[in-house]
Amino acid sequence: MKRYVMGNGAIALGALSAGVRLVAGYPGTPSSEIIETVSKVPHEGVHLEWSVNEKAALEVAAAAAYSGARAMVTMKQMGLNVASDPLMSVAYIGVKGGLVIVSADDPGPISSQTEQDTRRFADFCRIPVFDPSSPEEAYEMIREAFEYSEKYSTPVLFRPTTRVCHAYASIETPDAFTPGAYDGFERDPSRWVIFPRLSYLNHGKIEKRNEEIGKDFSSFRFNTVEGKETGKAVIASGVSYTYVKECLKGRDDIRLIRVATAFPFPEEFILKALNGVEEVLCVEELSPYIEEQTLKTAGKHHLPLRVSGKLDGSVPHNGENSVELCSGILDRFLGIRTGREQTDLSDAPALPVRPPVLCAGCPHRASFYAVKQAMKGKKAVFCGDIGCYTLGNAMPLDMVDTCLCMGAGITMAQGLSHMNPDTVCFAFVGDSTFFASGMTGVVNAVYNEADIILCVLDNSTTAMTGHQPHPGTGRNMMGNVVEKVSIEKVLEGIGVKKVLTVDPLNLEESVRAVRECAGEKGVCAIVFRSPCVALTKPEGKCAIDAGKCVNCKKCIREIGCPALIVSDGQVTVDRNLCTGCGLCGCVCPVKAIGKEGET
Amino acid sequence: MNKDILVCGVGGQGTVLASRIIAAAAMDEGSPVHSAETIGMAQRGGSVTSHVRIGGEAYSPMIPFGAADMILAFEPGEAVRNLRYLRRGGTAVVNTAAVKPVTESLKGTGYDGSEMTAYLGKKCDCIFVNAEEVCAPFGSSKFFNIIMLGVAAGSGHLGLSRETLLKQIEKNVPARFLDVNIRAFNAGIEIAGQANANLKGER
Repeated sequence: MKRYVMGNGAIALGALSAGVRLVAGYPGTPSSEIIETVSKVPHEGVHLEWSVNEKAALEVAAAAAYSGARAMVTMKQMGLNVASDPLMSVAYIGVKGGLVIVSADDPGPISSQTEQDTRRFADFCRIPVFDPSSPEEAYEMIREAFEYSEKYSTPVLFRPTTRVCHAYASIETPDAFTPGAYDGFERDPSRWVIFPRLSYLNHGKIEKRNEEIGKDFSSFRFNTVEGKETGKAVIASGVSYTYVKECLKGRDDIRLIRVATAFPFPEEFILKALNGVEEVLCVEELSPYIEEQTLKTAGKHHLPLRVSGKLDGSVPHNGENSVELCSGILDRFLGIRTGREQTDLSDAPALPVRPPVLCAGCPHRASFYAVKQAMKGKKAVFCGDIGCYTLGNAMPLDMVDTCLCMGAGITMAQGLSHMNPDTVCFAFVGDSTFFASGMTGVVNAVYNEADIILCVLDNSTTAMTGHQPHPGTGRNMMGNVVEKVSIEKVLEGIGVKKVLTVDPLNLEESVRAVRECAGEKGVCAIVFRSPCVALTKPEGKCAIDAGKCVNCKKCIREIGCPALIVSDGQVTVDRNLCTGCGLCGCVCPVKAIGKEGET
Repeated sequence: MNKDILVCGVGGQGTVLASRIIAAAAMDEGSPVHSAETIGMAQRGGSVTSHVRIGGEAYSPMIPFGAADMILAFEPGEAVRNLRYLRRGGTAVVNTAAVKPVTESLKGTGYDGSEMTAYLGKKCDCIFVNAEEVCAPFGSSKFFNIIMLGVAAGSGHLGLSRETLLKQIEKNVPARFLDVNIRAFNAGIEIAGQANANLKGER
């Protein structure tokens, strides 16, 4: 049947059609929809899970592959950092069933902390990497990735980028999927137990094998050459290939080489494709990986070849590529004109800025505001973390002093507390992040006698990435209702002496809880619990009594809720956005805001 | 036939559903379709765009600057923000009712969209729709995306038949809201007819 799916959906359907038996991952933009797609189509016989983090996901999947089953792990590029511990080792051990690790890169970055390149990871741990340029290709290529993984008994990386993950295309797929057969785990300590001697032996084998894979990749069907040879050629990969192709639409006088397997580099293919070429331009995103490999190949074979790309400044190092960017680069390199006529917009009026903000009614706003109120005039520092609540940094809340990586807020608050004993150190962490990598940090803080206040912002979902369940929600991806892992009990078990639970929408109670903890030594925790507004039905709307309102705009200045707008000079509530959380009513000095029908 | 349609607006306005209906209708008519959504970090309130590329001659998932045949802008500021995508001679369908961002409330910049509307009128062929006015008979702004689809269909520049669009609306909206959605779609077609007549009058 024909399905219109996102690139991530194509990856999921491709894996299912390849007979995948286990899929695990941790949510992260732009990769989250892969697992969500598997959950939405019939997938009987497939174990599906959101793991607590990427390291857990990879270990679960590696063991499935040891058992001879095909397994897939999904994550965003920074998740690969978390999974890098098992990744480096499983690269030495190898697999029996196909193991495909999907790590979605995010050039831009559009919703990430780094512009790291998964292809470098493939090179670093010496395993093959596949780089699709469209959803259609991703569907086909992931099936081949499983085959290569089994052919060479190695885990493989699969690296789409945001624009491939989030592009849509129609794809012909089977109506139903049959999971592949597998033998089950066979005991063989000489193969599955990593020891220095085994690593030494396998290291040698892996390097030899990679030479073979490089030759094999030289005839890989997604490494392609188009256009006539005219002395100049362009090498492109991933979505950049589609940008270059868009620019060169209708011409065949320029040689266009596409490399879909950056590592092991298909040297024979490149040598053949560059035959007669004197100048080559490499167009890729993130790091100049293919460019470096091309330079290396040219040096090794003494080719009289000029290579340009990121390393000579022709292509920017940072940010994502686009048709327009590629058009300019190609024009300079080829001495042609590829751009389209455009209307002059230099005289456009200043555009409204729409920075990302917490949703109207978001309970995180109330939590941040309560802490801010309680700490007014006191020396305090606020360590943020990864999730919607990073947006607590926006004005007027301005409540995020540090943000680094998943779970770091807790351990950084600890470090700050040791170096700044006169400051009250807060750590804000979401419920999903707490389970992903927050718990070990709390153990560390308790054990090492830190004085911190941990604020768990529990909205009962992984909101930022599209509302995935986690151990605290009582649901898993097998569709089962399971016992909720209690954040309070975990904290008590670790030895946190004071654990309070409050409803952040009750401002008074929340402020009191923060004040109570601020006077304590050691690690204190406050669980701010209120569900994400995107998942709950609003309980009425707020309304402003225009008779009482003095238009002081304190509500707007203090909490910055998007549902509070100024219309014809009067503060009003945008009924389309308001969820009736009532925080603005708590802030109003003249009690002019209440629930609709009550004012 | 290749058609590039850009749908833009602010998160929560229903632009994504509108673009999916266009894509699905084009597929029903036998065309290859690609689309891409660029969604901001926030769930609501951020700028959103959907690029729908109909036909086999599209490679990039996003429409190149100066290539879109039509822009469906659910917000006047977003129309200006995305105007560089419109080709010379292309048409913009624009909601004149501004969605004011929080920053506007905080800083009091006075943004109300009127400056945007005036600018757009000078730069390209526009069909202006005021969401507040056209949604009033429906008692809710949530049918506005279907009204916009009706305007696009009625303008004659979308290249898709009303029937295939209606069939997809039927598939994509809850059954109990189907009647009101059909009325919204027809209201859009009427608005476009009026606008086309006015344009002819001007020429």
